[in-house]
Amino acid sequence: MTASLFSHLPALQVVLALLAAPVCLVLRRHGAAWLIATGMTWVLLAIALTLLGRVLETGTIIYSLGGWPAPWGIEYRIDLANAFMLVIVTLIGSVVMPYARASIKAEIEEPRIYLFYCMYLLNLAGLLGIAITGDVFNLFVFLEISSLSSYVMISLGRDRKALIAAYRYLIMGTIGATFYIIGVGMMYQVTGTLNMADLATLVPDLYGNRTIMVALAFLLVGLSLKLALVPLHLWLPDAYTHAPSAVSAFLASTGTKVAVYAFARILFTIFGGSGIFDDFGLQEILVSLAIAAMIGGSAVALYQSNVKRLLAYSSIAQIGYMILGLSMASVIGMTAGLVHLFNHALMKGGLFMVMGCVFLRLGSVQIESMEGLAKRMPLTMAAFVAGGFGLIGIPLTAGFISKWYLIQGALEKGWWPVVVAILVSSLLAVIYVWRVVEAAYFKPPPKGAAEITEAPASMLVPTWVMIGLSYYFGINATLPLDIATGAAETLLGGVQ
Amino acid sequence: MGFMAVIGFAVARLRNLFAVVMLTGIFSLTAAVLYVILDAVDVAFTEAAVGAGISTVLMLGTLALTTSEEKTETTGGSPWALVLVVVTGCVLIYGTLDMPPFGDPTAAIHQHVAPYYLEKSGQEIGVANVVTSVLASYRGYDTLGEVFVIFTAAIGVLLIIGRPQFGRRRSHRMAVGELRDSMRTNVILRVVSKLLIPFILLFALYVQWHGDFGPGGGFQAGVIFASGFILYALIFDIDTARSLIPARVTRLFLALGVLLYAGVGVASMVLGGNFLDYSVLAADPVGGQHVGILLVEFGVGLTVAAAMIAIFFTFARQEH
Amino acid sequence: MEFIGLINYWIVIVLMMTGFYIVISHDNLIKKIVGLNIFQVSVFVFYITMAKVKGGTAPILADGITTYSNPLPHVLILTAIVVGVATTALGLALVVRIRDAYGTIEDDEIEKQEGES
Repeated sequence: MTASLFSHLPALQVVLALLAAPVCLVLRRHGAAWLIATGMTWVLLAIALTLLGRVLETGTIIYSLGGWPAPWGIEYRIDLANAFMLVIVTLIGSVVMPYARASIKAEIEEPRIYLFYCMYLLNLAGLLGIAITGDVFNLFVFLEISSLSSYVMISLGRDRKALIAAYRYLIMGTIGATFYIIGVGMMYQVTGTLNMADLATLVPDLYGNRTIMVALAFLLVGLSLKLALVPLHLWLPDAYTHAPSAVSAFLASTGTKVAVYAFARILFTIFGGSGIFDDFGLQEILVSLAIAAMIGGSAVALYQSNVKRLLAYSSIAQIGYMILGLSMASVIGMTAGLVHLFNHALMKGGLFMVMGCVFLRLGSVQIESMEGLAKRMPLTMAAFVAGGFGLIGIPLTAGFISKWYLIQGALEKGWWPVVVAILVSSLLAVIYVWRVVEAAYFKPPPKGAAEITEAPASMLVPTWVMIGLSYYFGINATLPLDIATGAAETLLGGVQ
Repeated sequence: MGFMAVIGFAVARLRNLFAVVMLTGIFSLTAAVLYVILDAVDVAFTEAAVGAGISTVLMLGTLALTTSEEKTETTGGSPWALVLVVVTGCVLIYGTLDMPPFGDPTAAIHQHVAPYYLEKSGQEIGVANVVTSVLASYRGYDTLGEVFVIFTAAIGVLLIIGRPQFGRRRSHRMAVGELRDSMRTNVILRVVSKLLIPFILLFALYVQWHGDFGPGGGFQAGVIFASGFILYALIFDIDTARSLIPARVTRLFLALGVLLYAGVGVASMVLGGNFLDYSVLAADPVGGQHVGILLVEFGVGLTVAAAMIAIFFTFARQEH
Repeated sequence: MEFIGLINYWIVIVLMMTGFYIVISHDNLIKKIVGLNIFQVSVFVFYITMAKVKGGTAPILADGITTYSNPLPHVLILTAIVVGVATTALGLALVVRIRDAYGTIEDDEIEKQEGES
């Protein structure tokens, strides 16, 4: 029985999350729903880690859903890149969940809370489904599960602006998804298959076919909307600013990351990456967009007075780093991009969680209202400083590792301007992090400020776990680096 | 198709949102007719029920709750939007240049995966409708995902507008008056809904006769069931209709449907197959496929019907 | 001759772009969703168009028929239709709440209100 249980892990990874959602709906108790959701995220993390272990041991795992072999059925094909993503998503999911209990209770009306957990599980299932699948249309279905639940979760923010943010995200996201299926349709039309591995063997022969090239363009534009690559990022700042804190923390560290993965999967596994890069100037386009995101995102972040919005713009800049890494199309660049994906998930997740703590006590995340906060919430603000160091990329933090590799990758290619751009963007990060630190540590609290206490332990502990992990993997970076290198080699496998 | 293009442009120009919504319904219906011509009967049926039926009803409900006129003063549309659309269109047209011509049987799309379904599904699944075989079995996992999408939407709607805030009661009551009045007096609405209903029924009959040699059509059945219910609620009384199926029951069915579908998958795992491998459900594989498809289609029907009803009543409750 | 075979696709593209234009150029929130619907339906038509085989019939197995149209795009579009209606329902629910919160469903007026606050 255990042996067969192991062989079903790929299906269980997604199906358990899906199954837990209706169970929450039936229970109608927010305590029970929370318990199920939390327990489930931990089980999912365990499954993801087991899968990663098995992939490291035995190589790619293939699981045919419905027992039909691909390309006729849908298959899960888990290589290092998939397994790595699964671990990231479930890790963030399981750390955010204990945190969510107190945070959500404060931000969402009680009768809706159990429905919220239901949504959270669906979102998680959707993201896992994207990360694990080996079928381009199946990816679309799960993309929609995760997108629809994101729209809903964002709209639950307290401010009415959350509604309009969710609506705009819905419109942009649906346009993105529709572009994606146009791309899938064209690809299917000239190849006759939807299976990624199968496509990867067929597409290179069609290289130069105009339909397939346009298909690629639509797939990439569609996914760029989802991953908020400049100039398609407009939905992101509002969405992250007005969403409930736990949602911002979860989505900021998983939603866009999974889209980055899908982007890389389509570009490299199916389309074989580098050949297209050379001919169509795609590399130049991606690199310049990435740099625009890095500099622009950081620069705009400087002018934000709402710290959540500041972090959102910083996310746009960080997505620029990831795309930069991918578009180098070299093992080292790709490794940097993937490691940064992991590191940034931890750091940004942690920072948004800090903001959730602040919001719980202050009811605001404006910089001016945070003046003198360090005295009143020392642990919370210390976490912010620690996470901020990571964003800047100070040695010993995880952010340093990824930037180090990114710079090495750029040097390997002899891209000096890119190195300068990375440094400039980091410098800008120093300034925007400093602005918050200055307010919290070096300004007196505003007169007549209410007495406030430290955030509850149920929120602080997960926050520090997240930040702590980002330091752990900054000091002891071999593990994520090895996995990311392996994943990069798998993704680039199409090239060799 | 030219007809559809005309409707499309009309929608872009018209300011009266009632007319726009009605035209969209007709747009969907035209698309459905087109699908029949192009041999996609299952799709046609679904499009008619969903695009022309459910979507239209939901949009009308929203109009009643908000406003039915688009603001008249216009900026003339941003030139950037036009440029973007034209560029996208040109890229797409460029992309069509290497497409196989319309209907060409030798095209790659008809050669690689699809023939297998057409040749083997008769023996492996034993259902005459190949669309059903692919939907429920070969790509059953997609369908599971699809059911979860609709499940997500239903819960989402419940979360977003499920509990009307106190203090807003009055405006809702006013909205209901408007809706009733507009339902009675708006000629377009009455005429078009009278036109739509027989069409939907006709499609139902057509697919029942033509598309359903096997169990197929859980999704369509769910939508039809829900539409019948919704029509009843619209014409008679929402309260009576709701008292027939209370919200609690709807939610239960909503959950049961997806649980049934996923449960069949888990059962096949327990019996030694892969997830959703129906072959192990009965002594011989084809029988197992039959049982599996029957059950999952029932699950689909349950969730879809419950979701549609839940969404509709949540909108309707706003008016009370 | 070659181009005649493609005209169908071109009409579909015109439809798609009409929908796309409505989404991005209009300020009315309901109209945007209508546009999105038209955009999506046109993409569905695109899929169904490519599934057609000349001389084929609906993919329901019967004796004496050898040519069927391709069933796979039909399946995909069945799924996509459901996704489409799910999105529409959510979008409209949001519109209802936005109207409650802002008193308008015109994007530019909402922006104006946000600018003032």
